[in-house]
Amino acid sequence: MAADPRPQVLAGGTDFMVEVNYDHRRPTAVMSLRRVDELRGWRRHGDRLTVGAGLRYVDMLESEFEVSAPALAQAARTVGSPQIRNTGTIGGNVATASPAGDTLPVLYALDAEVTVSSTRGDRVVPIQELIVGPKRTTLAPDELIVSISIPVSKGPQEFLKIGVRNAMVIAVASVALVVDGDNRHIGCALGSVGPTIIRCSEAEAMAEAEIDWDRLHLPDPRVYETFGAMCAAASSPIDDHRSTSRYRRHGVYVLATRALMRAFEPGA
Amino acid sequence: MADGVRVVDRPRTGIGVSTRRPDGGPKVRGEFAYSSDLHADRMLWGRTLRSPHAHARILSIDIGPALTIPGVSAVLTADDVPGRPTYGLTVPDQPVLARDIVRYEGEPVAIVAADHPDTARRAIASIVVEYEVLEAITDPQRALQSPAIHPDGNLIRTVPIRRGDVDAVGSVVVEGTYEMGIQDQAFLGPESGMAVPDGAGGVDLYVATQGLHQDHAQVAPCLGLAPEQVRLHLAGTGGAFGAREDLSMHVHACMLALHVNRPVKMSYLRDESFVGHVRRHPAHMWFRHHATPEGRLVKVEAQILLDGGAYASTSAYTAANSARFACGPYRVPNAVIDATCVRTNNAPSGAMRGFGVVQVCYAHESQMDKLAAAVGLDPVEIRLRNVLARGDELVTGQTVDVPAPVRECLEAAASVPMPPPASDVDDYGLPGGAGRTADRARIRRGVGYAVGFKNLAYAEGYDDDTRARCRLDGGVATITCAAAELGQGFVTVAEQITRTVLGVDQVVLAPASTATIGSAGSSASSRQTYMSGAAIAMACRQVAEGARRAVAHRHAVAVEALEIDEGRIVSRDLSIDIPIGRASEEPLEAEVNHHHRETFPMDPVTGQGDTDVSWVFAANRAVVDVDLDLGLVRVVQMATGQDVGKALNPLSVVGQIEGAVSQGLGLAVMEEVVTTDGIVRNPSFTDYLIPTTADMPPVEITLIEEPEDGAPFGAKGVGETACLSSTPAVVAAIRAATGLELSRVPVRPEDIALADVRREG
Ligand SMILES: Cc1cc2nc3c(=O)[nH]c(=O)nc-3n(C[C@H](O)[C@H](O)[C@H](O)COP(=O)(O)OP(=O)(O)OC[C@H]3O[C@@H](n4cnc5c(N)ncnc54)[C@H](O)[C@@H]3O)c2cc1C
Repeated sequence: MAADPRPQVLAGGTDFMVEVNYDHRRPTAVMSLRRVDELRGWRRHGDRLTVGAGLRYVDMLESEFEVSAPALAQAARTVGSPQIRNTGTIGGNVATASPAGDTLPVLYALDAEVTVSSTRGDRVVPIQELIVGPKRTTLAPDELIVSISIPVSKGPQEFLKIGVRNAMVIAVASVALVVDGDNRHIGCALGSVGPTIIRCSEAEAMAEAEIDWDRLHLPDPRVYETFGAMCAAASSPIDDHRSTSRYRRHGVYVLATRALMRAFEPGA
Repeated sequence: MADGVRVVDRPRTGIGVSTRRPDGGPKVRGEFAYSSDLHADRMLWGRTLRSPHAHARILSIDIGPALTIPGVSAVLTADDVPGRPTYGLTVPDQPVLARDIVRYEGEPVAIVAADHPDTARRAIASIVVEYEVLEAITDPQRALQSPAIHPDGNLIRTVPIRRGDVDAVGSVVVEGTYEMGIQDQAFLGPESGMAVPDGAGGVDLYVATQGLHQDHAQVAPCLGLAPEQVRLHLAGTGGAFGAREDLSMHVHACMLALHVNRPVKMSYLRDESFVGHVRRHPAHMWFRHHATPEGRLVKVEAQILLDGGAYASTSAYTAANSARFACGPYRVPNAVIDATCVRTNNAPSGAMRGFGVVQVCYAHESQMDKLAAAVGLDPVEIRLRNVLARGDELVTGQTVDVPAPVRECLEAAASVPMPPPASDVDDYGLPGGAGRTADRARIRRGVGYAVGFKNLAYAEGYDDDTRARCRLDGGVATITCAAAELGQGFVTVAEQITRTVLGVDQVVLAPASTATIGSAGSSASSRQTYMSGAAIAMACRQVAEGARRAVAHRHAVAVEALEIDEGRIVSRDLSIDIPIGRASEEPLEAEVNHHHRETFPMDPVTGQGDTDVSWVFAANRAVVDVDLDLGLVRVVQMATGQDVGKALNPLSVVGQIEGAVSQGLGLAVMEEVVTTDGIVRNPSFTDYLIPTTADMPPVEITLIEEPEDGAPFGAKGVGETACLSSTPAVVAAIRAATGLELSRVPVRPEDIALADVRREG
């Protein structure tokens, strides 16, 4: 790959082959990662999880993984159909960098770090620095995503995704919410409502200040909707053939409100 | 090459028995050869250059660059069409290849043949077409005031119906305006086929189609060939739903093949397919219903506007269907109805399951619910007070002289036990499904009802006759019939009928082809079992008669002394008892040309006339859960009462109903071709959503069997009706859950979640 920068990386092929079929991509050489077992697994060391770039959605649904990364597992469950989940990978989702990539809001909310490798060596890039625009990353042509590092779950996690049908659908809007009870931190990120995934820092800070962290309760029930409204305000959706910006913003409001309600019961 | 012969050697199953499809296993295992799988030695790949504009003048076409690409064998334009430059199912108004003007996005402009699909694709991309973009007329409400976009003008047809006292008024009046978006048939097998030159100037076309002979009648003139020089053969067809009524790649592939004297295959890509076939007519509809205080209909007024798109296709007849069925299966003494279909710069509209009736069924059923509310009756009762029955007159003045079990269908659907409450459902079963968006406190359940009916076979004086041949030789019955198997199960029914009449185990269906027999008509309008099924039964009976004569001759008895009894020739005294399959040493053969009863045109002013052959009825009850805040819908259960006459293959009937419900449900809540100024925005299955198994509820089906006299074993066609009434049933259920008006389908999440007025239920 170093000698010839042109071989293109093929993982599950579920984005790659669609582009080939429509002649949007015309590879002269393809390097398949399917047999690279080192990329396929996941490991836990201490309170961090290293997820191989070749981990498939179906692998993320295993209960052991789900316990450590519940929102990622839930995001994986919403991806495509069983056929897609049997072959599509998290590395492909990251490299494609679609604002509708379902694992991405979770990775943003978790402040994931991506390990990228080339003959020049490895580098570790925060996810929000790797992805710079719709389907645009800072990956060099000869760089490979090796793994993604996220913290092991230390509190409730939610992933909610709106689609116009009940399965196998591109997100019209999605919300990931992760709670770190130890560090009294909330991470919240939005999918499909901006050119890239959007972090809701202001809403996070507001909610963090309102939560009764000893009990994981929310004393003031008005905060749910305030949180939802602040997330909606952070979004910057567009009108397209899938939905309207008005509905998407409203959807974020509803999803973020519901996510916070699921994570923190009301009451002192 | 396509091997259409299906030898069936399975346990003997006659009519009335659920019989598995011969092609079911291969299809599920991915072994079935569809038209897109065709292959021949030295085969080239054809491809189409299409207009990127909805309306434009072609100033010049430079094919030069394509011709220089290695591997490209032919590049053809309108100048190369050897015969008639236009084609069409009803009027030849559509160019084979656009010459001076393009009238919709996707209209074919040039075609190429090359050694590889990629070469063909590159060749297409290299052709330089200079366009002068014209204003696109895409709003059907403006079409009649706009300059003509076609020499034939912008009005395709207006169909009036004036019935009874046109000035009658009811003491209760409800009014509504309804709109339906564009639904695509969304078949999975793309438009595809292979043309093979015969070396003598003629051509064989293997193609996925609904009607070989109606294609043939258009293809041969465009090729400038005598009819016998062009032969069409049915290739494996992956669904149709109306979208294979019109030509697609047929003439193009033949032109290329004849030009290069090699087999040429064409298979559309999915994005191409979305502009490569006609779709359901989008509609704007205004209705006013008059009734007595007891809820009895006094008069129906309706103004229906259909967007026919750029070319006529079957639009004139679609408009007539919209007019004739605008009132639904109800007794309506007075009516003032106008259905108009106009030409626009949208892609052509044409046949789709429910043909012009799906649109009005959504409107009239919405109106019936409004009426129920206005007079204080429940939705089932208002319908039962007005349902049509055998012996009643339609608004065309025609008497319904076949079984019309509308009441029975509705009562059957209404009496199905309700599904468990939403509280018993796991998270994934709630609205939003796998996305886990639901908040149980914000889910409301609603129930909705609808009935619908439609004609069987063609109408208005059209003689869509059919032919079938039966040959009995050595105990094997071979049926030859050009009816297209699209997946609907004709192959199974044809075998069942043959087995039942002749009592033979082995039935062979010869490949469907224009070369071996005359037309069977199209696999459309719920007509193939009814028409070609009848023809097969008749041909088999004639063969049985021949067997009877042969036995009489051999045993030197009078023909009258023998009877045909369940596949055997039996003498009164039982001394002779011979299976028909072994009755004759010589092969026996019979061919039948079957016509349905004569129908008549609609009066051009009043719309009166005995236009129809027969009718089929259905009722649906939908139960939905709605997320009030997100506007996401889950259809929890569908109950269907379906008039079938007689279920020849109950398994297949159930399949048709479930499929129709899926398509109706899709239209209610998700299926829409979205366009901007005539340009399709969602030409893929990523964005044109059809229901998945997670969206399909259980369908609780009750078959109402009241055999129709003269129909094969009493069977009516069942392909369409459940899709008429399932859409309004779902919408009615959403209305019941939300209190919203919902005057447009598909109902989008924002139509619920962001509705300005909400009367919460
Ligand atoms: C029918 C269907 C439904 C879908 N539904 C969803 C959905 O619901 N949600 C969703 O988010 N996505 C969906 N997708 C998109 C797709 O499945 C995902 O984005 C998937 O994660 C892509 O992974 P892959 O392994 O198939 O990647 P590939 O298609 O193999 O590759 C995608 C891109 O990533 C690059 N790449 C892959 N691995 C690496 C690596 N290790 N390092 C560097 N570059 C790499 C490739 O070069 C290519 O550019 C769907 C796709 C289809 C066809």
